[in-house]
Amino acid sequence: MHGFPRGRTAVVGAATFGVGKAPGYEAIELAAEASRRALGEAGLAPRDVDALFIAQPQDTLATLSFAEYLGIRPRVSDNNRSGGSAFLLHLAHAALVLDAGLADVALVAYGSNQASASGRLLQTSRPSPWEAPYRPLRPVSSYALAAARHMHEYGTTKRQLAEVAVAARHWARLNPEAAARDPLDIDTVVNARMVSDPLGVRDCCLVTDGAAAVVLVRAERARALHPRPVYLLAAASAVTHGDIAGMPDLTVTGAAESGARAYAQAGVAPADIDVVQVYDAFTINTILFLEDLGFCAKGEGGAFVEGGRIAPGGTLPVNTSGGGLSYCHPGMFGLFTVVESVRQLRGECGARQVAGAKLALAHGNGGVLSSQATAIFGSAETL
Amino acid sequence: MPPPEAEFRRHLEGGRFLLQRSRLSGRFVFPPRTLAPGSGEDELDWVPASGRGRVHSTTTVRCKPPAADYNVALVDLDEGPRLMSCVVGIAPAEVRIGMAVRARVEPGEDGARVVFEPER
Repeated sequence: MHGFPRGRTAVVGAATFGVGKAPGYEAIELAAEASRRALGEAGLAPRDVDALFIAQPQDTLATLSFAEYLGIRPRVSDNNRSGGSAFLLHLAHAALVLDAGLADVALVAYGSNQASASGRLLQTSRPSPWEAPYRPLRPVSSYALAAARHMHEYGTTKRQLAEVAVAARHWARLNPEAAARDPLDIDTVVNARMVSDPLGVRDCCLVTDGAAAVVLVRAERARALHPRPVYLLAAASAVTHGDIAGMPDLTVTGAAESGARAYAQAGVAPADIDVVQVYDAFTINTILFLEDLGFCAKGEGGAFVEGGRIAPGGTLPVNTSGGGLSYCHPGMFGLFTVVESVRQLRGECGARQVAGAKLALAHGNGGVLSSQATAIFGSAETL
Repeated sequence: MPPPEAEFRRHLEGGRFLLQRSRLSGRFVFPPRTLAPGSGEDELDWVPASGRGRVHSTTTVRCKPPAADYNVALVDLDEGPRLMSCVVGIAPAEVRIGMAVRARVEPGEDGARVVFEPER
């Protein structure tokens, strides 16, 4: 019994491609180009990859098609489809596989052309027979039900939800790659067209294209492949339900479990984290995850995000890319939380760089708050 | 055991809202399953739901006119299970968390469904 291999694997490549609009590209082409760029950062080629991790929006056999596309015969492959959190579950599996010596180079990839191809969020699962007769908007009504309950129990307000969207936009305005960079204020978010109460259109993530990829190897090899390896200190997940009616408590997500496990693996506490990326498909997500990941007490997330606390210049930098709300949301955002964590710890983030960031937390969400996965990354000095 | 989902729908088409109940623990199960969640017991009896419950959460789905906005709610049944449904008979925005509601079976083109009305 050794537990998670803390710091024994590292990211040596992290790249994106086609963020925003990538007209004409197939989803697999976007994933391939992000992968080529990520591998290139480490001086590696597709043929070096022997552990392949991918979940694509519509290709349910993506490990097969992507292996063929890359021209590789991976020894380990994993097409886990837990929703947008899948890529953080891939990370956890990759770390175990690499540490056990079952493979040497792991590639985690994702690509979607949903904005150019359809202009709307692509559904990757069948409608639940227990929900379909009531025509909830998928997935926004489920998140709206969680938000309404949080407001009922804790007095969380629409203005507090709007603070999350505005903070994300302020970060996006510092990110040249972000898809939404126009100014945005609280009143605009609060007064935006309602979609499924209490969530309005500015409480909802973008619909964009985009691809991301990361490459991991064992730590002892990492320095030879990249001057600033980013070490994986923890990766843990939890599943609490499928449909929103099955969620044990609408105001408490599985992030409370995955986060606690991740902190224990890494040997760090919330107060140690320098920069946070959480999957903000909707504004309520950020509030729920900041609570469940221990950055504030349960019920205090609304007050916590007030006054720009998670915006540039605030005390806790959250979603420095602009998040799913303003950076990009190509259907499943999980891997982008990882790429931004890596970029922050490498010090590559320009105007949005968090000075001296050494510990980064990435958190993925899948389904309707159903799957939660937390990863913690550290610079060399955190080992 | 008859296929649980089909059995539920068969009763529903007859105008009856039934729940499964574990013979061993007395715990109610919804949505219908082949086993009791967690314990795996397979002795589940079909029993009529009381129809009484309370709104646990609610949302109004906004539609472009001329389509009308409509309610989607999570309802906690007195028997324990929580289900997605809708509250009808009042404006969607008038549905409140904590509101006492009562079920009725509503026939429809795509099959019967359970809806709730405010308790009078």
